[in-house]
Amino acid sequence: MALKNTKDQYGSVAKWMHWISALTIIGLFALGLWMRSLSYYDPWYKDGPDLHRSIGVVLAVLILARLVWRWMNPQPHDPAHARWERVVASWTHGLFYVLLFALFIAGFLISTADGRSMDVFGLFSIPSVIKQAGLEKTAGEIHEILAFTVIGLAVFHVIGALKHHVIDKDRTLLRMLPERKK
Amino acid sequence: MKKALILSAALMAGIVTGGVTKADTYVIDTKGAHASINFNIKHLGYSNLRGRFDKFEGEFTFDEANPEASSVLVTIDTSSVNSNHAERDNHLRSADFLNVSEYPTATFKSTKVTVNGDGQGVITGDLTLNGVTRSIDIVASHVGGGQDPWGGHRQGFTGTTTIALADYGIDFNLGPASKEVELTLEVEGIKQ
Repeated sequence: MALKNTKDQYGSVAKWMHWISALTIIGLFALGLWMRSLSYYDPWYKDGPDLHRSIGVVLAVLILARLVWRWMNPQPHDPAHARWERVVASWTHGLFYVLLFALFIAGFLISTADGRSMDVFGLFSIPSVIKQAGLEKTAGEIHEILAFTVIGLAVFHVIGALKHHVIDKDRTLLRMLPERKK
Repeated sequence: MKKALILSAALMAGIVTGGVTKADTYVIDTKGAHASINFNIKHLGYSNLRGRFDKFEGEFTFDEANPEASSVLVTIDTSSVNSNHAERDNHLRSADFLNVSEYPTATFKSTKVTVNGDGQGVITGDLTLNGVTRSIDIVASHVGGGQDPWGGHRQGFTGTTTIALADYGIDFNLGPASKEVELTLEVEGIKQ
């Protein structure tokens, strides 16, 4: 299978980045909810948030890479799709990028509002950009709202894919999966 | 007739408060930050964790000749909690602790002042925190007072009290050594 997209189908790089980010986004959402429910003496009380921040930074880099890759590649079009379907899909995809970057920024601001840097897997750390008393409160509220919005959008995205697969019986979902060997 | 009534009322008022010199009202100097509301809680029982509330306001009345007639009222913006760690402060604002979205202010209103002499005393009053009001005793002392270099007049006090978190409906388990918080109030007021 080709690495790059063609005008008819997605290449393996786009497919892998899609599925890895999908799993990471769902995983981070679950981890975020779970880590906030932990008691103070839970062994994960410290490691949960450390992992959430570190994986979040990696995801931000991956999403940025996807955006770059998207610009470097043709976007495959399925002639079977109606015009309104293409418009809705393209707005959904665009909104994902906007919401995710806002989510990353809000998350970063929570942890760095006091001037601390953000540690990534203990390997390196990203210095604070904005230090402002109370900023973490607003950033925290926005981060939470955006997280639920992204998951809501993901549900909508999945419903769209299933609609094509089950109702329209076209290849929209299948073309995101690895190509089967002939 | 009307004039005489007003005059006699004024005289009566003078008799009621007579023998007691007038208590002055002081506004707590939060603007110049010569006041702070600090807390101290044990971390795991291994160390002391200190923090404070950055935003609050209040005033007190004080009469040096009759300090037991003094009173104090303080209003605290609970979302201004600052333990020098943004993520922890967000947790402290949440429903696990201060529940600031529901109870954005805490107040202390004195009900009785007892003076033990030598500038020491106990301020009894109602502390409202997390929507719960309970009577507490603040052990207070008069630090000093008098003219300031800029034409004003100031009085300063320090006070300490200990509250149990559970008394205020805060039941997040921080461990057996961390069930109580010590509050220290440093207050300087400017005479109005």
